[in-house]
Amino acid sequence: MSLEPSQALPRAATQLRVNGTVHPISLDRDRSLLYVLREELGLTGTKYGCGEGECGACKVLIDGVAVRSCVTPVGEVVGRSITTIEGLAEGDRLHPVQQAFIDEGAFQCGFCTPGMILASVSLLARNPRPSEGEIRAAMDGNLCRCGGYLRIFQAIRRAAQLPEKVDGGAP
Amino acid sequence: MSAREGVRPFDLLTPAERDYFGRFGNGLVVVLPAQRPSTSDWGRGGPPHGGAWIHVGQDGKVRAFTGKVEVGQGTRTALSLLVAEELRLPISLVELTMGDTDVCPWDMGTYGSRSMPDAAQHLRLTGAATRNVLVEIAAAQLGVPPGDVELSEGRAQSKGPRGAKPIGYGDLVRGLRRLETVPTSTQPIPPPEWTRAGHPMVDIGSREVVTGARQYTSDLHPPGMLHGKVLFAPSYGSKLLRVDLSRAQALPGVTVVREGDFVGVAAPDPPTAQAAVKALRADWETSPQPSEKDIVDYLRQHPAEGEDFWDVLHHKSGDVDAALASAPISLHETYTTAYIAHVPLETHAVLASWEGERLTVAMGSQTPFPARDALADALGLHESNVHIVVPPTGAGFGGKHAAELAMAAARLAKASGRPVRIVYTREEEFTHAYFRPMSVIDVRSGAGKDGGITAWEFHNLNGGSAAARLPYRVANQKIDNQSTDSPLPQGPYRALAATANNFARESHMDELAARVGADPVEYRLRHLADDRLAAVLRAVAARAGWVPRTGSTAHFRDGRGRGIAVGLEKGGRVATFAEVRVGSDRRLEVLHLVTGLECGAIVHPSNLRNQVAGGTVMAIGGALFEAIHFEHGRILNPKLSEYPVPRFHDVPPIDVILLDRPDLPSQGAGETPLIAVAPAIANAIFDATGQRLRSLPLVPEGTVP
Repeated sequence: MSLEPSQALPRAATQLRVNGTVHPISLDRDRSLLYVLREELGLTGTKYGCGEGECGACKVLIDGVAVRSCVTPVGEVVGRSITTIEGLAEGDRLHPVQQAFIDEGAFQCGFCTPGMILASVSLLARNPRPSEGEIRAAMDGNLCRCGGYLRIFQAIRRAAQLPEKVDGGAP
Repeated sequence: MSAREGVRPFDLLTPAERDYFGRFGNGLVVVLPAQRPSTSDWGRGGPPHGGAWIHVGQDGKVRAFTGKVEVGQGTRTALSLLVAEELRLPISLVELTMGDTDVCPWDMGTYGSRSMPDAAQHLRLTGAATRNVLVEIAAAQLGVPPGDVELSEGRAQSKGPRGAKPIGYGDLVRGLRRLETVPTSTQPIPPPEWTRAGHPMVDIGSREVVTGARQYTSDLHPPGMLHGKVLFAPSYGSKLLRVDLSRAQALPGVTVVREGDFVGVAAPDPPTAQAAVKALRADWETSPQPSEKDIVDYLRQHPAEGEDFWDVLHHKSGDVDAALASAPISLHETYTTAYIAHVPLETHAVLASWEGERLTVAMGSQTPFPARDALADALGLHESNVHIVVPPTGAGFGGKHAAELAMAAARLAKASGRPVRIVYTREEEFTHAYFRPMSVIDVRSGAGKDGGITAWEFHNLNGGSAAARLPYRVANQKIDNQSTDSPLPQGPYRALAATANNFARESHMDELAARVGADPVEYRLRHLADDRLAAVLRAVAARAGWVPRTGSTAHFRDGRGRGIAVGLEKGGRVATFAEVRVGSDRRLEVLHLVTGLECGAIVHPSNLRNQVAGGTVMAIGGALFEAIHFEHGRILNPKLSEYPVPRFHDVPPIDVILLDRPDLPSQGAGETPLIAVAPAIANAIFDATGQRLRSLPLVPEGTVP
């Protein structure tokens, strides 16, 4: 939930395509995508962490690419395909990145996890076998205050079917 | 939770008065009353609290209850595993309720690494006693002596090849309403015999985490819910003189409440709530507040009487003044640590709703029972009319102990007649929570010609006493701490005083070692009075490939340096090794860390490893760059873009070494892994450059000054 000040902007009805479903929304073009997802569509898997694009807890996929929904005006994504953490699994079958996060135990409080997973999915979609440096660079916009980076790193490598490393390997 | 007549929290009743069977159905209930906190040589005492109860239902499920909460540290799985262990059944049949004030035992709070030494022990005892009663019931039903009953996978059967058909626990307790108390003679299963605990385990609820289905407090949205917001003072020490509510009240759907100094609003959506707070016209009287640049002098000049909430330590042995006066080698240094913020990724969140006179609050809290008592007190309610539940929480780190936000939501919910949720913005989280206290630590030491330490004087100002005691043999000691009138709000924090005191002590040990020409590892081992800590230090030094040295070796190593530090806290023993490089541009790079921990018998190894690695990462932030900046009562960096916390690029390879001691009681591990990181890095910087840094954060700008 981005807490931007209320603006008496004109509202127009429009539609947003999220997780393959088209939702009617009342559009303030400047309202953040995060706000619309959480407060209007009830998709609370996408988290508010900072509201200024620093933590990555609010990341979603827009046409397959991870973006920070708290700094994305909803007007910019009308007509695009939005995937939130709720839409990543196919029915009961988890996405390989989701499964890898479970297999590696790659979370503690779990609050950063949706954003971490979507950032990882986005990375692997454009770079299926990332190097250590590429993982680090791609994930640097996602914060885990519990400090779970080693496990997250391992989960990404596991999802990419790269060789396993013990704790201490990287980053 | 309905407000029906007669809802009475279990902790306020005697066991016989509690309606266990009405709420959870027929079956067997075994109760362990509140206990004194277990004693460990370095643990902290306190009043009786905790205890546990377990209900075995006709559905074959085992419901266990503890007052502790899960805020990301992994105790839900660890504690469930111990119940499954004692009751010999799959963990999927264990349902653990944590911190629900209607049905859980009273607990002082989830802090101080007490979940393993207290809650785990209480659940093991209760589980063992429950197992014994199940054996007795099974023996009667199977027609065999209790010694011939075997429990396995949630079923009882008689031992041997002619065993009758197994009976599930649900069938064993069918039709019963039996209440037992844990006998004092009860013996839990010893850790070396564990078959579930101590083995790898996937955390409970993992699937919900990775699919976004896990609902945190900030995700809850009951029908008709309003969004609350509090009017905050513009700076610390401000007093509200007058406020005009009329413009805010005129906004559609907005409720405004003023009670004393509290002013808050509730609105149908967050932007309107924000607009309503902006529409409040408040006049404040500010008072002069000290700024960061003067803070050390200010704290020295403002000692506070009384013990407030820190442990106060006054430890003395021998004659430290005489020993210092006669020591051929002496050192006197001051170390400081900054105020830092918890930065839980989920900010403070509460949801309050009323049903008649009964208040229910869902909140991310580490202290639900004290919060209930504080709310009842503030709102003039009986404790029975306040119900706190703790949904999954986006971490706490000691930062979620307060009840003020719950009171705000409760008042707004009462006035509006609707559920009210308040979620702090990140800026509110930085500005209106509380901080890890700053420490100013003076250390004076003396050593003989052989390097042996003869005198140790250690004084912590403002930061508390944890881990201030020496793990080293020194004949003459004076160790104490002093509270102050801190200008910033301060409170609990993961490993707060231990981090500061350990930084000062382990830096100073390194300074002494360099001064007397001793190797830092050998010098510590020479003085260590604790074999368990020595074992951890040896293990870490071995893994790191420690090469003995004397003094700084900067000139050998092209900017590379290596440091080591140890710590003893909350019953655990830790050592950290750090290797750093200081570039020609003075940029600091941490190349490698090794953290070794011994905390008794390991219950949930995968989670423990995660805690140790995570704690090490969190400690990097406080060691290198985290600091709250303040001036005239205002926080200058209340944003993540201005207050950096560790990211992927800050994290070097980290080796985690766990030393399992199944012969020793399990201790908490959420805090101890943090405390040796900062001194290990500071000692490595000294090795690399010959420069000694005595203030945390060590390199706020990223470079060694």
